[in-house]
Amino acid sequence: MNNSNVKESHEAEPQDSRTIDIVNRGLAKRYGKEQRFKIYGLLAVLTSLSFLALLFFTIFSNGYSAFFQTFVKLEVFFDSAFIDKDDPANSNFPGLVKKTLRNEFPEVKNRKEKKELYSLISSGAAFQLQKMIQQQPDLVGRTITIQVPADDDVDMLIKGNITRDVPESNRRLNDRQLAWIDKWAHEGKITKRFNTAFFTSGDSREPELAGILGALVGSILTLTLTLLLSFPVGVASAVYLEEFAPKNRWIDIVEVNINNLAAVPSIVYGLLGLAVFINFFHMPRSAPLVGGLVLTLMTLPVIIIASRVSLQSVPPSIREAALGIGASKMQTVLHHVLPLALPGMLTGTIIGIARALGETAPLLMIGMVAFIVDIPSGFTDPATALPVQIFLWADSPERGFVERTSAAIIVLLALLVVINSLAVILRNRFERRW
Amino acid sequence: MSSFLLIFILLSFTTVAYHLGRTRALSLAKAPDGIRTLHSTPVYYGVLTALWCGLPALFLFLAWQICEPVIMTKMVVAQLPDEIRMLPESRLNLVLNDIRNLVSGNIVSGEIKPAMEKAANHYRTLQATGNAALTVVILSFALIGAFIARQRITPILRARNHVEKIFTFFLVACASFAIFTTIGIVLSVLFEAIRFFKIIPVNEFLFGLNWSPQMSIRSDQIGSSGAFGAIPVFAGTAMISGIAMLVAVPLGLMSAIYLSEYANKNFRSIAKPLLEILAGIPTVVYGFFAALTVAPFIRELGVTFGLDVSSESAMAAGLVMGIMIIPFVSSLSDDVINAVPQAMRDGALALGATKSETIKQVVIPAALPGIVGGVLLAVSRAIGETMIVVMAAGLAANLTANPLQAVTTVTVQIVTLLVGDQEFDSPKTLAAFALGLILFIATLILNIIALYVVRKYREQYE
Repeated sequence: MNNSNVKESHEAEPQDSRTIDIVNRGLAKRYGKEQRFKIYGLLAVLTSLSFLALLFFTIFSNGYSAFFQTFVKLEVFFDSAFIDKDDPANSNFPGLVKKTLRNEFPEVKNRKEKKELYSLISSGAAFQLQKMIQQQPDLVGRTITIQVPADDDVDMLIKGNITRDVPESNRRLNDRQLAWIDKWAHEGKITKRFNTAFFTSGDSREPELAGILGALVGSILTLTLTLLLSFPVGVASAVYLEEFAPKNRWIDIVEVNINNLAAVPSIVYGLLGLAVFINFFHMPRSAPLVGGLVLTLMTLPVIIIASRVSLQSVPPSIREAALGIGASKMQTVLHHVLPLALPGMLTGTIIGIARALGETAPLLMIGMVAFIVDIPSGFTDPATALPVQIFLWADSPERGFVERTSAAIIVLLALLVVINSLAVILRNRFERRW
Repeated sequence: MSSFLLIFILLSFTTVAYHLGRTRALSLAKAPDGIRTLHSTPVYYGVLTALWCGLPALFLFLAWQICEPVIMTKMVVAQLPDEIRMLPESRLNLVLNDIRNLVSGNIVSGEIKPAMEKAANHYRTLQATGNAALTVVILSFALIGAFIARQRITPILRARNHVEKIFTFFLVACASFAIFTTIGIVLSVLFEAIRFFKIIPVNEFLFGLNWSPQMSIRSDQIGSSGAFGAIPVFAGTAMISGIAMLVAVPLGLMSAIYLSEYANKNFRSIAKPLLEILAGIPTVVYGFFAALTVAPFIRELGVTFGLDVSSESAMAAGLVMGIMIIPFVSSLSDDVINAVPQAMRDGALALGATKSETIKQVVIPAALPGIVGGVLLAVSRAIGETMIVVMAAGLAANLTANPLQAVTTVTVQIVTLLVGDQEFDSPKTLAAFALGLILFIATLILNIIALYVVRKYREQYE
């Protein structure tokens, strides 16, 4: 009876009779919405990840070629006419290189063509010859086959970054130069070798001679100072705030203040460094000393926050046990709590240092952005840092610097990966769950 | 004697002092009860002696390092001939700089006058005397300190309490470091900004529509006299940050929802760390990516649609900045979404809601304050971001609403105004500090609101 009743009502009023029907009618639409929502979510994740993939792909495809460098084999005759007998290191080496090139192509006669020919070889070739003579003065009068770095335009051509099929006027290399390069290539004189100069020399205006060692040393000096200053101070602050500080308004202000400092834009720290360290204390510009101080101030809040979290995770029972057998508050903290919290603190510090390694903006403010060829040897020498070097090279118009920039980025990212995995290993090995 | 050597000697002195104090305490401990007659363990007596040896000497050393240049300069100036001493202050500073350069063997700006040569020699002798005196004074301070401390050691000396007091003092000093940093930031930015506002009125700076900070150095030079209306700069910052948020908020929020509500454990454990990588990439890398890849791509895309796109368009910078901020939004949202109690979800599901309806009508409204807080933090991040905009956004301040044109931002202007050598009292350099002040205040307000909202929200569900 009940059943028929339902049927009747269903037939009599086909619409909106029962809640379940309304629900059922809307169900397909709702499931559709559900599916779409889920897909939107997946798409969001995949889009974000594809940006990451695109970024890495761009950097690596542009940068890997910079680890190889084009060299040209030349037969150099160390003519005694060119080598100064009394002071062989100061001889006319550029002239010797030019002579060698003219010997390679005897048909080149007029000035313009000669100039074009000379521009195929890097200006670093002369320094290379100079070094050889300095090390082996008995080379004078002998002929030796050596490999000298090619100019960056030749390098780009060999790597396929300059195309031949554009009109001659739009090309960095003209048809004559292409013909010479082809002749060299045909004779097997052009080789690609691992680019050691990239890791062993400082900055240069010539892409084929530019290296990252100077910037790397600058970064290491800066970060050493940052680590030495920020770790003890950060840990001490965290210990005080977490273990000793009374609960009052003053301490509340300090805490809010630290949280805010962690979110202050890094460039503001640069302004602080410029106004206080350089203009007020007259510290040297462009020095790792000032860079280290500025990055210390920037890293401190990160370390303090991480260290406090780490201290909080040590269970109170440890403290109570130590206090119970008569240790003083200071002994409890130094002998029992701190050793247990230290791995977490170190992890936080490493992450802070990794952030400092990639930081550029504050260093621009304090003048670590200069063109510096020499490799810094102390905290007050003018220096630059790896990310700043990337910024400087990214601004250079030469095509050769695009791949150098990408290669420097690869080195920077590799360093970051190493540092961060150190933090992960540390966390996995030493972190204890209570 | 170099400072490093001095510090090293001081360190070895303190090590010796530690052993002295410790052995002294041990020798005082009388036979029947041994070291139990001592108030503290012998180590504390050693540490106390070492601190007495090292700390006063160290403070003296630091004080000298800070005062030395001032005292030296005064003494050198007193020795200079009258005609140099009577120079106006700015010229006198130049001469002093030259003398300092002479002393350290650097290149001197002008010709070397005999008076300067003499002053430099005088400087050198003063420096040598000062260093020798410093060495003697510091080392004798260390010795006297250690000696006094050692003499005062008795079995009833409360060495541990003394040491702990000094340690606590050190901890307090470290903790107040953060306060000093804030004060330093505020003062350094504020003072220069006030000097700027003395030249350019605040109204003109905050509400002016024309920004061209190039000033002629001499009065007869042709060139703009400098206009410091910062509205176009603020508008540019707002536009680029706005574009960044348009990219980051939907992508970040949807990623967080998917990862916390839908994704299975395996997918989540891979995708989440990968997303976090985006946050760890240095901003200079993003800047290079924006300038090398994204900007030309957008330009070409615009050309195919017949649009005129600037090669330094706000679009490119904003887009890349948005990518940078995605993990920021997603991890903060992830935290708050996970903090919503499971009971609320179960309730909605039990009423027959689909999963997406539960999320949209229950979870998100409940998590909204936290999400808003996270988004505010992300906005403050976007406003303060420097390298991406320096490398990919323009320098000219255009007041435009077209995202395909080049605009400039506060951070770009700070960098361009301050990089390179500048005289430190022209409105041009001071303007950078005024912009820095605005930037600091804006981010501070955003952070305080965001932290307040997030904290309030956490309390609600804990």
